Amino acid sequence: MNQHGRFGPTRPITLKILRYKPGFIDPPRYDTFQVQADPLMTVLDALEEIKATADSTLLYRHSCHHASCGTCGMKVNGREQLACVARLVDEGTDEVVVEPLGSAPLVADLVVDMTPFALHMAPSGMALVRDSEFMPEAERPAGVERYTRYEDCIECNICLSACPVANTNPGFIGPAGLAAAYRALVTGERPAAEVFAYVDHDDGVWRCHSAMECSAVCPSDVQPGHKIMALRRELVAYKVKRFFKRG
Amino acid sequence: MRTTYHVVVIGGGSTGAALVHDLVLRGFKVTLVERGELTSGTAGRHHGLLHSGGRYAVNDQESAIECIEENIILRKIAPGSFEENDGLFVAITDEDVAYLDKFLAGCETCHIPTRVLTAAQVKRLEPHINPQVKLAVQVPDATMDCWRLPMRFFATAKHNGADIRPYNEVIGMLITAGTVTGVRVRSHVTGQEYDLKADIVVNATGAWAEKVSEMAHARVPVKPTPGVMVAVRGRWCNMVINRLNKPSDGDIIVPQRGLSVIGTTSWTVEDPDRLGLPEDHVRRMFEKGGELIPAVKHAPMRAAWAAARPLIAEGGAQEGRELPRTFKCFDHKVRDGIEGLVTISGGKGTTMRAMAEATANVVCDKLGLDIPCRTKEVVLLPYWAYYQ
Ligand SMILES: Cc1cc2nc3c(=O)[nH]c(=O)nc-3n(C[C@H](O)[C@H](O)[C@H](O)COP(=O)(O)OP(=O)(O)OC[C@H]3O[C@@H](n4cnc5c(N)ncnc54)[C@H](O)[C@@H]3O)c2cc1C
Ligand code: SF4
Repeated sequence: MNQHGRFGPTRPITLKILRYKPGFIDPPRYDTFQVQADPLMTVLDALEEIKATADSTLLYRHSCHHASCGTCGMKVNGREQLACVARLVDEGTDEVVVEPLGSAPLVADLVVDMTPFALHMAPSGMALVRDSEFMPEAERPAGVERYTRYEDCIECNICLSACPVANTNPGFIGPAGLAAAYRALVTGERPAAEVFAYVDHDDGVWRCHSAMECSAVCPSDVQPGHKIMALRRELVAYKVKRFFKRG
Repeated sequence: MRTTYHVVVIGGGSTGAALVHDLVLRGFKVTLVERGELTSGTAGRHHGLLHSGGRYAVNDQESAIECIEENIILRKIAPGSFEENDGLFVAITDEDVAYLDKFLAGCETCHIPTRVLTAAQVKRLEPHINPQVKLAVQVPDATMDCWRLPMRFFATAKHNGADIRPYNEVIGMLITAGTVTGVRVRSHVTGQEYDLKADIVVNATGAWAEKVSEMAHARVPVKPTPGVMVAVRGRWCNMVINRLNKPSDGDIIVPQRGLSVIGTTSWTVEDPDRLGLPEDHVRRMFEKGGELIPAVKHAPMRAAWAAARPLIAEGGAQEGRELPRTFKCFDHKVRDGIEGLVTISGGKGTTMRAMAEATANVVCDKLGLDIPCRTKEVVLLPYWAYYQ
């Protein structure tokens, strides 16, 4: 069992990594590297080892190493994952293919440009910090008015890469931005009228085809697909209410 | 005020982030080069504790005072950035209880506010706490997001004109007659190399500081001192839970989002790029963390990783946790007779702003300028503004 920090036997795994440096490694190609993987070795651990020992020019994004910053989203054997928690041996293949996310402009190697994603997320109005729903029975100490925690969404861009609609419609706000708008609505962080103005158009909540790929790949339990559905229901209710008020 | 001086900062961790912010506010032209993603060194993957200073209140009061001062300042200049649930130092054994008086006296000396709580009170605040708990002390700890907090500094600096270049690695120093006049850089995006001229170069590469200063034949006594952290699924506490005793292994649990992060350990390595992940350290996190909150022992592991402290080993004989936690700013003119190069290393994520202020002061002194620091007052932009 590796669940509680037991490493177990190692086995050789070949990583096949997409390489691209504009004007230098151009067109893109795949390079292969070998690592000895123990049951806990993640894709990120392997990339770090390759960078330190075999190729110091290998480029990838990473920061927190525990699924909280959202920088290391990439495709592992074709499926969007966070490299820091994707364990190599869990892939079950002797060769593991590592490629950049598909939903954002490629910068170099495994690095994509997060600017378009951030521009869709920022206007949602979701705050970083929310009320903590854990242990509702817990009392609070003097001086702490409410227990808070960070929002689940770590802005990893994984859901956009997996979304069939976002891949063909670059203007689409996308699952993460819509889910964030829903959070801003239910927390009251942002007035309903503003949230609905942000999402009620062709590139907003109505563009989604309910493929639900986003909820399947989200590494942070955001369930963006379900939040989009909930947002639609809120929007319809809001419109109906407004219609009768007017009449 | 705008100066014509150009400062190059090497290293895009929390220290580099706060430093470029400080320097552009003082009117410098600033370029930061970071070899990987921003905060891909130690800053992005530390334990995530916005220290109250309690941890250092007995053994390292200089650090403790820095922490409480910066804790208050960061909450003010980066509102909405922290899980502000305070922290507890909990006593589980009689030996822990015996530490209480020293702890309270230390906190008082360092102006860290405390409140002593009975076992019954602690259990009502934190239902999963070890039922053996004897008492606890409440302090103003908080949880920080190790990526998004530095990104607020980067975002603000960028909007104020700083040129921030991730994926650009310094591979050499430009030296003319004993003076560092710039750096040689390789872009890992284009594969090309180029020179970057500077009036002052600041080496803010943390645990890599020795490697980088060697490029200028300067010496920095930094020991990369890694520690292991383990994140388990489930938020088993809302407050930061510390062990009321001398700092030791696995004696802090920092809740964050839906995770609980147990840390940490300490050993020294030669190469900050090859930390490894010692199996026994990972297991010790479950054992020691379980003494604070038994449930974490059986919680599913989300991640285990290591990060390297950049500890200053000036005294020579000290090891691991004995090394002082305060930061040091080296003017290599004074140390090694090399002009144009300053190194900042040591410190903590919590003290990033203070480290930057001290370093920017040295830069100003070297250039004969007297420009006040403004970073205690300027409220930072949201982190996503970095991309706008
Ligand atoms: C296990 C552990 C737990 C910790 N927990 C906490 C905590 O809970 N709270 C807290 O406040 N502090 C904590 N710290 C301390 C804190 O993480 C560090 O003090 C702080 O992050 C150091 O930041 P830095 O910017 O100085 O260094 P780094 O973040 O390491 O930045 C240096 C940067 O320089 C870059 N670099 C290196 N060489 C080159 C080059 N040649 N060219 C360009 N760039 C280069 C690196 O890639 C790196 O990004 C912890 C540290 C450790 C090790
Ligand atoms: S919703 Fe989930 S997958 Fe999408 S960006 Fe947020 S955390 Fe990532």
